[in-house]
Amino acid sequence: MLKRRIIPCLDIKDGRTVKGVNFINLIDAGDPVELAKSYVKQGADELVFLDITATIENRKALAGLVERIAAEINIPFTVGGGIDNVNDVSILLKAGADKVTVNSSAVRRPELISEIAGQFGSQCIVVAIDTKMVNDEWIVVVDGGRTTTELKTINWAGRVEELGAGEIMLTSMNNDGTKSGFSLEITGEVSSNVNIPVIASGGAGSMEHFREVFCNTGCSAALAASIFHFGEITIPELKRYLINEKISIRY
Amino acid sequence: MIAILKYNAGNIKSVQNALTRLGYKSMITDNPSELLSADKVIFPGVGEASSAIHYLKERGLDKTIMELKQPVLGICLGLQLMCRSSEEGDTKCLGIFDTDVRLFPPVDKIPHMGWNNCLTLKGNLFKGISVYDDLYYVHSYYAEISSSTIATCDYILPFSAAMQKENFYATQFHPEKSAETGEKILKNFLKL
Repeated sequence: MLKRRIIPCLDIKDGRTVKGVNFINLIDAGDPVELAKSYVKQGADELVFLDITATIENRKALAGLVERIAAEINIPFTVGGGIDNVNDVSILLKAGADKVTVNSSAVRRPELISEIAGQFGSQCIVVAIDTKMVNDEWIVVVDGGRTTTELKTINWAGRVEELGAGEIMLTSMNNDGTKSGFSLEITGEVSSNVNIPVIASGGAGSMEHFREVFCNTGCSAALAASIFHFGEITIPELKRYLINEKISIRY
Repeated sequence: MIAILKYNAGNIKSVQNALTRLGYKSMITDNPSELLSADKVIFPGVGEASSAIHYLKERGLDKTIMELKQPVLGICLGLQLMCRSSEEGDTKCLGIFDTDVRLFPPVDKIPHMGWNNCLTLKGNLFKGISVYDDLYYVHSYYAEISSSTIATCDYILPFSAAMQKENFYATQFHPEKSAETGEKILKNFLKL
């Protein structure tokens, strides 16, 4: 049976791991490679690395970090941050990333998704969608939540699937950093409207929140950052809890 | 020396990284004499079937693969290319395994992405592995079950998780990305 995945996310700034509350006020949470190795030991199913200050200048440094990660860890990992062309993708995949994630750049130029899928295959392209409830409607936001678009989240999710995305990483900005739980509403809606896996993100604060999102939505994975980084929940205890709750989990 | 077949597919470096972690030296090569003289050959890959076969044929690597007498391990796309044909790009493949590769019917999420266990396990490749151990998969096409199937997996329908015919071994899952269980399987292959 296919297992639901638990994915720690590591936000990277200048080669270090950070996590913001609502994407602002960053707190240092350690060395990415060491943190990655410890997550693998604990039983993480996959890892996501987001370079939150990605610029052309530090693209090379990111590729170097990806090479170190790829040499050290034996589970799949995704890398993202500022990717806006096929060449960026090629560099990161060559450095050893299994998948890349694109966000704002795909909203601005949706063909980027089909270009990446066409050249490297759908399996390596994860489209990150940040969403916010605006006037009772779930809308796509970009630039780390600073810019609201006209796109309805549900429509954009369908479009990225058509364009060849292999997976969607859906972050509710209303929930992100609040530790009040994942948004069951938009996660459920997107999961049942697309036929590609959806990773729920934003809002994890307790083990119960993971149970909730797995039981009430069709998401394939749940992602969290700070609760894992600061050891509030450990992956083994979370996985034991979910197995007890009869959720299909790798342990 | 372990040779990793170099061709136009992704994920090749990951296999080399995994071998290095296990303490094995390997080279990534498309040189026929290096491939033919290696102790083991790994045929990895994530990519698209028709362009991969086209690339191999253009360089005569399809013939080299068929001439290999040492243990060969196909991974993911490698497994699919070792079958008779693939629905992906309507491709005629190498025909090592008497079975065909089909697209999953769209009754659940595609690709089959994530950790899944095998239901039946046969042979040396799976020494020390149980039906409760999970392996990492990412694929939209699957090989039908055949007489060469040595492990099955169930997603949407039962399919070949691993196959073997003579010196040719292949896995649909990625042992190089499957944590400790994957490492055990790679070690089993390397000890053949």
